[in-house]
Amino acid sequence: MLIRKPADIPSSEITPPEVWRARRTFIQGAALGVGAAALAPLGAVAAAYPRPGEDEPLTPREFVTGYNNFYEFGTDKGDPAAHAHRLRTRPWSVVVDGECARPGEIGIEDILSGFDQQERIYRLRCVEAWSMVIPWLGFPLGELLARFEPTSRARYVAFETLFDPEQMPGQRRRVLDWPYREGLRIDEAMHPLTLLATGLYGETLPNQNGAPLRLVVPWKYGFKSIKSIVRIRFTAEQPPATWNRMQPDEYGFYANVNPAVDHPRWSQKSHRMIGGGWLAKRRETLPFNGYAEEVAGLYAGMDLRRFY
Amino acid sequence: MTGRDWVAWAKPGVFLLCLLPLALTLAQGLGGGLALGANPVETLLHRSGLWTLRMLLLTLALTPLSRALGRPWPIRLRRMLGLFAFFYGMLHLLVYLWLDRALDWPVIVEDLTERPYIIVGMVALVLMSVLALTSTRGWQRRLRRNWKRLHRVVYLIAVLGVLHFLWLVKADLREPLIYAVILGVLLALRLPWGRWRRAWTQSAQSAPAVARRSASSSR
Repeated sequence: MLIRKPADIPSSEITPPEVWRARRTFIQGAALGVGAAALAPLGAVAAAYPRPGEDEPLTPREFVTGYNNFYEFGTDKGDPAAHAHRLRTRPWSVVVDGECARPGEIGIEDILSGFDQQERIYRLRCVEAWSMVIPWLGFPLGELLARFEPTSRARYVAFETLFDPEQMPGQRRRVLDWPYREGLRIDEAMHPLTLLATGLYGETLPNQNGAPLRLVVPWKYGFKSIKSIVRIRFTAEQPPATWNRMQPDEYGFYANVNPAVDHPRWSQKSHRMIGGGWLAKRRETLPFNGYAEEVAGLYAGMDLRRFY
Repeated sequence: MTGRDWVAWAKPGVFLLCLLPLALTLAQGLGGGLALGANPVETLLHRSGLWTLRMLLLTLALTPLSRALGRPWPIRLRRMLGLFAFFYGMLHLLVYLWLDRALDWPVIVEDLTERPYIIVGMVALVLMSVLALTSTRGWQRRLRRNWKRLHRVVYLIAVLGVLHFLWLVKADLREPLIYAVILGVLLALRLPWGRWRRAWTQSAQSAPAVARRSASSSR
């Protein structure tokens, strides 16, 4: 008698990961009945970018939204989730000016309706040697920048976070030189991997994650991915960046993820994946956080030990 | 039996109280779920480190407390609290070696040779082990007067411990500075203020005389 054994391969191994991940996100989003409009373009999820592997599952949502460095709401990782409800994300607009032909201001509604919101599952590597895998919703920063027609003098892009101690109680103490500022070289800013995120896990971006609009540069340490942006400026000179200004020997302007260049106080060779529990092993950190194939060319000929 | 022997009676209670942070953490850890947060290894490292420092500062508070009260009973808790500081310090080391670094010795050796805050912390733990080993009555007898000298190293250990904390923080120094201030006060209380005040008042009284004498001699 032939007894057929069911295959002991979980369906997750048969279905390509991008499909089941997208499906899972879709189901979660649908179950909550929100963000349906934002999920519409999910069918076109096959945009060319490297996805984290099978052994890097999505970080559970409660960790993505409960373990944050967002000093505007306090320096403890739990502070943002506890205090970010004070932030008012409507009305919201972003001033874009500097070296461009059409400086102006763009409202968050126009940003949400004017650009195709797509899902991107990226690794996030914090300079503190931990990582997450996050399904962002957003669109390439370059699409927004192009609308303002940067001139040939625009060699850098500067970003600024909201400054309002009423809404951001962490700003009452001068832990950092407020407002938080960051910058990218123009080619980094225009790179298709560089995202302006407006949501995660198929929903509107939670305040503690940088609502309503934040940068996501997956090959750089997390502090480059500035949150709650109110101003974008094209500049001819390298703009100031908050952490870089405060401790230039510890935080470079480029801040590309690089296991070969340690933070002066700790190693960057490995990191811990959030959500792995207390017996999970550390993982090896990859150059450019695993996006070397896409972005290493931006830094051809540069000494990355000097320009860390 | 004197009425003061309530200390002997209270000791087991203090002992259990000192175990409370560990018991709560174990309950949270073994209970599963998210009680230890998104980064449980970091939580365990941070907590064990903090309790090492707290026990150390409590230990250092007992001598000034005894002096302030004019009673000896706080001194009788000193060894136990000191050993608890050592106990939490060893847990801290264990979490670092086993959970954080997964006993990856090349990496640990790199930490111990290149990262100042880890070096400082490790030196503090080694010194603490020496004090723990020699904390028995037998060693007290064997080392005689040197025992007291040796155990003054606890001041250095506390300074190294606070430095270890200060050096690992990224930007917000508030928490380690609170520990630094408390340690500063506890150390300042040990300085011979009384002797200095007497010396100062004496010199102040004799100063005019000296001035007069030097003035007359210059003439």
